[in-house]
Amino acid sequence: MDKSKKKKHKTYTRRAFLEGMGGGALGVTVVSRLLGKDSAQAKSEQGELATLAKKRITFIVNGKSVTLDVEPRETLLDVLRNELNLTGAKKTCDRAECGGCTVLLDDKPIYSCQDLAIRANGKRITTVEGLAEGKSLHPVQQAFINKDGYQCGFCTPGFIMASVALLNHNKTPSQEDIKSALSGNLCRCGNYAKMTQAVQDAAGTMRKV
Amino acid sequence: MAKDQGTGQKTAPEAPKSDFKIIGTAVPRVDGEKIVTGKAVYTHDISFEGMLWGKILRSPHACADIVSVNLDPAKSLPGVKTALQVKEGRVKYLGEQVAAVAAVDEETAEEALKLIQVEYKALPHALSLDKAMEQGAPQVHDSPNVEKLNEYSRGNVDKGLSEAEVTIERTYQTNVEIHHPTETHGSVAMWEEDQLTVWDSTQGVQSVQVGLARALNIPESKVRVVRQYMGGGFGSKLGLNDYTVVAARLAKETGRPVKILLSRKENSMCVGNRPSNVMTIKAGAKRDGTLTAFSLKNYTCGGVGRGDEASEPLIDIYKCPNVKVEEFSVFANTCASRPTRAPGHVQGTFALEGFLEELAAELGMDPLELRKKNYTTRNEGDTKIPFSTKGLDKCYELGAAGIDWQRRNKKPGAGAGRKRRGLGMATQIWWGGGVPGTLADLKLNADGSVEVICGTQDIGTGTRTLIAVVAAETLGLDPQDINVKIGNSDYPWAPGSGGSQTAPSVGPAVRDAALKAAERLKEVAAKKLNIAAADVIVADKKVYDKNKPENALSFKDAAKELRRETVFHGERKEPQEGFAYNTFGAHFAEVEVDTETGKIEVKKVVAVHEIGRVLNKLTAESQVIGGVTQGLSAALFEQRITDESTGTLVNHNLHDYKIATAKDIPEIVPIFVDSVDPRLNNLGNKGLGEPPRIPASAAIANAVYNAIGVHIREIPMTPDKVLRALKRKEERS
Repeated sequence: MDKSKKKKHKTYTRRAFLEGMGGGALGVTVVSRLLGKDSAQAKSEQGELATLAKKRITFIVNGKSVTLDVEPRETLLDVLRNELNLTGAKKTCDRAECGGCTVLLDDKPIYSCQDLAIRANGKRITTVEGLAEGKSLHPVQQAFINKDGYQCGFCTPGFIMASVALLNHNKTPSQEDIKSALSGNLCRCGNYAKMTQAVQDAAGTMRKV
Repeated sequence: MAKDQGTGQKTAPEAPKSDFKIIGTAVPRVDGEKIVTGKAVYTHDISFEGMLWGKILRSPHACADIVSVNLDPAKSLPGVKTALQVKEGRVKYLGEQVAAVAAVDEETAEEALKLIQVEYKALPHALSLDKAMEQGAPQVHDSPNVEKLNEYSRGNVDKGLSEAEVTIERTYQTNVEIHHPTETHGSVAMWEEDQLTVWDSTQGVQSVQVGLARALNIPESKVRVVRQYMGGGFGSKLGLNDYTVVAARLAKETGRPVKILLSRKENSMCVGNRPSNVMTIKAGAKRDGTLTAFSLKNYTCGGVGRGDEASEPLIDIYKCPNVKVEEFSVFANTCASRPTRAPGHVQGTFALEGFLEELAAELGMDPLELRKKNYTTRNEGDTKIPFSTKGLDKCYELGAAGIDWQRRNKKPGAGAGRKRRGLGMATQIWWGGGVPGTLADLKLNADGSVEVICGTQDIGTGTRTLIAVVAAETLGLDPQDINVKIGNSDYPWAPGSGGSQTAPSVGPAVRDAALKAAERLKEVAAKKLNIAAADVIVADKKVYDKNKPENALSFKDAAKELRRETVFHGERKEPQEGFAYNTFGAHFAEVEVDTETGKIEVKKVVAVHEIGRVLNKLTAESQVIGGVTQGLSAALFEQRITDESTGTLVNHNLHDYKIATAKDIPEIVPIFVDSVDPRLNNLGNKGLGEPPRIPASAAIANAVYNAIGVHIREIPMTPDKVLRALKRKEERS
């Protein structure tokens, strides 16, 4: 990907792409988001130095198929936050140290700040926004509310995704299992003790259904 | 029920009896669903059409003179909208702001920073307390590096020492901690004509408004500061930040919204920290433990700032007639320290409570008995006035029972084997009485819906829920019925969220407004129900006749009688004079020390606090758990490491600057002493933000001492320090 110098692809901006292809292939929210963002200043505004050749990817995000053109260097986190307006996953350290950006890639928890968006091509991504079914919260989400498994809430989406990933493959986790599963995430407010209780409660709820 | 309706009376009204239905119970957060679904909007998540990204060029030198700055190459990069020089003359710490750019996206802005040409004349620096105190060390400011910060004295320490039967002197050290809130610092600035709106990751929308108006020389009326959610602050987001001013300037110059988010590295080096403290305590005591003299000498290094006084706990908690304190700031070339959850008290308590543990061993006394021996019910500092409530004796009792205190090693280090267990405890004092004059409006709409509007902010403690709980309790509604509007400097004044002030400031103001609303509802309902207002009760979503409950209006129908929306102004009143209002607590910790690896494992912490009335048990417990966890993290792991030879910061990320994870957490038992302080305010509540952080590290350090018989007088107690201490002990015996 490094071979492609940005100047060659100067005209292949996000906006040009959108204008060319029409709305069909993209989810409606994505189109409006991108058009909204780009409409005012358009091409002359492009930060040209930063533009690399884009690659088209198609992936399932929270159950919906999404097709997007992304630069190969763009992280999944940046694409989720900036292109898809899914801001639940947070950029806290931007180097795989804190877990604030945790999402599920085909049911496995990953640090989306360290995975390139192009690697999500053909895969399934679940973010914190995609856990609830309609009005009904995921048992992990409900347990975090009941136990007060958060304080400022900034790290919470990451912890919830790590917890969901654990409970998807371990229905009867021990406290040690839970601590291990959450040990890749940092909560600076220090509410781990309540989170581990919440995950235990959620496990109980999930076993009942 | 309190009868005060804002008559301006000097003394606080009687706190209501505990017939509350909601206050004091465990209430889940009213905005919990927003948080767990990722819909809570933080400053990081704010985005506008046409918004530019701002980035700041920071000094790579710990000390240097700026010779020249050339912004032109950056300005000519496509996508860059403007560039500014923001500093002239001398930069005094690594990461100090020099210049800034605004560009159409983050990458372009970063690229532009590389193009700015700055010529520096690098100068010698001193980064640490030790280095800055050396003879001939580079002078940081225009005056010597060591400067008097505080002094205090009562009685005569020399006389006290001569009366003592046992005298010891010990030196304790705490190192620089970094706040590291998960949401890095940041601001988004937008001008509409001459009106500035800033979305800021801040602990104080009001103080940022005032600060920005001053910095930009515009009226406060033209500045609005907004923030809905914030990812942690711990003191590092109190008051105006320099990059916020830059964002406002860049936005003004470009006519477009500008967003500046700091990186984790920037958060490590230039937005504050807890200063380091070197504290020497000398004390004398009678054989029975009675303190006769106490002295403290404290050197604190807050970089280019003044650091923290650490003497308050020593001056206030224990009865001792002869006390002398001398405190000094030591200036160095690192960024200025900032309030860090319980500034000074954390450091001072680590020294004071560690010292008492060692004194108890010297006296052959139970350390808890030594503290009880010197117990006092009045503030021993300048005022000598009684504490309004002091439930510390109860904290001792409940904590000792909770940890089973008699299990401790009667002689420190008495255990055998590779892994040694030990118990330790520590005491805490803090303020937490809140700020009189805090305002809150309660708007009762004619359709029966209720809004509370207050210029406070929720820093993660659950302030929204606390407000909803107080209003709902007073009006007989559910917390979910209250629409809480906070986090906007346009709203009625409330203090910054720091110093454990929020609950005892905002809670009583909301209570005051809600009581007025209830009175008004009673008046209008009384007419409708054909009874006297005094016979009307507002409860259970109804307004009814206390003698004939079926004679009732629904809350909605009663509100309809107001015919239009009505706003009730609430205010937090002055407390009763002649009393000291403080919070108290005691932590009891159990640890296991591996004498081969030097690793400390905390097994259990019982944390007992007296904070007057607890408003929400669920969020209060979280505060305590968080305080203990942060204290554990500081005791075992946290330390900023600088490199004196290059002037740089070594561990500027969350991998090398280690903070506790889920795996490090013991069983934590939060306990609250049953207490109400009716003299303080109409709810009888005190603050809880700081208290649980204060004794946490000290209790763990004391438990380590009890386990291995040698006191580690410096945190973090990393394995190397533990092994060295054990070695010293071995050599001695």
